[in-house]
Amino acid sequence: MSDSAVTRPDTVALYVTCLVDLFRPGVGMAAVDLLERAGYRVEVPDGQTCCGQPAWNSGDEAQARELARRAIRQLQGYAHVVVPSGSCAGTMVCHYPTLFADEPEWLDAARDLTGRTWELTRFLVDVAGLPADSLGPCQGIATYHDACSGLRQLGIREQPRKLLGAVQGLSLREMEDTDTCCGFGGTFCVKYPEISERMVSNKVERVRESGADMLLGGDLGCLMNIAGRMQRLGVPTRAYHVAEVLAGTADGPAIGEKER
Amino acid sequence: MQLSPERFRSQAQAALRDPTLQQALSRARSGFIDKRRKGIHDIADFEALRERGRRIRDLALSQLDHHLEQLESAVRAAGGQVHWAENDAQAREIILGLCRQADAQRVTKSKSMVGEEIAINPALEAAGLDVVETDLGEYIIQLAQEPPSHIIAPAVHKTRQQISELFDTHHHQGALKARLREIPELVNEAREVLRDKFLSADVGITGANFLVAETGSIVLVTNEGNADLTHTLPRMHIAVAGIDKVVPTLDDATTLLRLLGRSATGQAMSCYTTFVTGPRRADDPDGPGEFHLVLLDNGRSRMLAGPYREMLRCIRCGACMNHCPVYSAIGGHAYGWVYPGPMGSVLTPLFRGLENTRDLPNACTLNGRCASVCPVKIPLPDLLRQLRAEQFRRNITDSRTRWGLRLWGALARRPALYALSTGLAGRLLRLLGGKRGRIRRLPLAGGWTASRDFPAPQGPGFRQQWKKRQTERKPV
Repeated sequence: MSDSAVTRPDTVALYVTCLVDLFRPGVGMAAVDLLERAGYRVEVPDGQTCCGQPAWNSGDEAQARELARRAIRQLQGYAHVVVPSGSCAGTMVCHYPTLFADEPEWLDAARDLTGRTWELTRFLVDVAGLPADSLGPCQGIATYHDACSGLRQLGIREQPRKLLGAVQGLSLREMEDTDTCCGFGGTFCVKYPEISERMVSNKVERVRESGADMLLGGDLGCLMNIAGRMQRLGVPTRAYHVAEVLAGTADGPAIGEKER
Repeated sequence: MQLSPERFRSQAQAALRDPTLQQALSRARSGFIDKRRKGIHDIADFEALRERGRRIRDLALSQLDHHLEQLESAVRAAGGQVHWAENDAQAREIILGLCRQADAQRVTKSKSMVGEEIAINPALEAAGLDVVETDLGEYIIQLAQEPPSHIIAPAVHKTRQQISELFDTHHHQGALKARLREIPELVNEAREVLRDKFLSADVGITGANFLVAETGSIVLVTNEGNADLTHTLPRMHIAVAGIDKVVPTLDDATTLLRLLGRSATGQAMSCYTTFVTGPRRADDPDGPGEFHLVLLDNGRSRMLAGPYREMLRCIRCGACMNHCPVYSAIGGHAYGWVYPGPMGSVLTPLFRGLENTRDLPNACTLNGRCASVCPVKIPLPDLLRQLRAEQFRRNITDSRTRWGLRLWGALARRPALYALSTGLAGRLLRLLGGKRGRIRRLPLAGGWTASRDFPAPQGPGFRQQWKKRQTERKPV
């Protein structure tokens, strides 16, 4: 926050999310690359951990509030905050204000953050005006899973498709029920594993029917869930975060594949 | 089969292992969704209609006491009687008393979820009455001695083979050897059996889709016409409804009807929509001699005053469960009580107590599809989350979740410690992933790895890579 440059309108704070940080750092790097290509200066504010979504969804409001306060402080002053996840962005945009309904000072800060926070693909299309040029490249046939939080909390549906349409070498083949939950649901998938298994199996069936050789999405949790089930069932479709395809880095190992 | 919301987990597991049920569910799933999608197509702005529906229900609830009093006067003016029941036991008592008063032997019933809520059938049967469900789906599950598994399609979990078998047993004493039969044949057979029951019933019990305060009318919506035969033919008509069902005007009711059919079955209008006002009048060709309206509270006024008030907007269309991927994986019986799916996961804890329904608010991915189709815009995921928060405050949340959250929070509040532990965890997971890049069995994450591989992290963490990049880029 001490850096005076942070309030410049061409500066973006990347909120990397805990899953991307731990499991798929390449998604974060791809996001940085895309934002820079769009002409923004990217900063990664220090001390990022978790936005508090697991606590909020599990009913631990006090803890969710505490983690939200941390995130609000870290992201103060940036013209834009970009998150490569619809569910983490959705937590900040839709739920932070609810968390502080009874704390006017924090409520203002939460609302302020809400106005500046964007899911990655939405930011690229609606704010940065991509695709101005071609993206990628990436060879293959992809199908896109609409992660629920991004879709229903933030209205993200067209943006990733628009971007993917500009990727050289890629064709998009929609699956049935692309807006049906994959059964991840954060802690849901380990609390109710059998129900989750049925849901993700249905999703994998739809992916398979599409004939696509890549599954793409904007939320790592869903992608890890679907990829894990595909791999257990021996389905050869490979899963990538949409940012990796857009940045042209989806030629490496997919989610759950060994580094070469 | 004694179902209970406390046994949600085992009931869900049993449902997932039942191939016949799974067959029935997978057929129902796409049917309901497609029909609604097509059904809302003929309305230019269905979203605006949903908003009007929400407003009508909110306004009705904001002056519920006034509308109920107006309803009571209007019903009386039309020659009917109104009975107030504070809870299920009182409602049963009132209805049983009325049946006795009518000297009833046989009672016909059209489908009513409030009837299920107050468990009226067993009470009447225990008093020696012959109770006959007349909605085809309800009739089927009455033969099977099962509760409904869906609020508008009570036998949606039954296959044609199962229904053929039930009819064979009950109508033919097994003479057909469980032969699979065609649907029209089954429907005609039920119709013949039920016709005799309609004609010989002494009392007809219906629910009510809406109650209209200004006219004292009850609105009944069916596709089989069974509610009309139920309330027109017997000597006495008893309608039982929750106090939340009241709307101020006929206009309001018709707007909601436009939403109800489309949301439920994709129909612009159900085959039969009836406005019933009082008993038979002097110049009516038919109708019951007596009309009684039993208004049930059973916790609704408490809901009205609390944080879950929005749930009272519900018009019982079933769209939330039709679009719920959890419901369509496990069916309605797994939820263990009258109301299944998303609306049931909110209502059941409120009716039966949060401590007796621990799983219901949690067995949901919060994907929000239910709220996106709700005709009166009930924020179901928010209400479920609110119930989770109440469970957490009241210490009902299971200890594993509490400890997990505590540990996660302790780390997430300390960035240095967090970086250290996630760094270590990342290295460990990469090690476990070995040459495959994923893990087949992971201690403490058995729920995940029972059916999914767990992806090993891709290289060192993002912040490490970012730092490296920043250092490399810094001008010397």
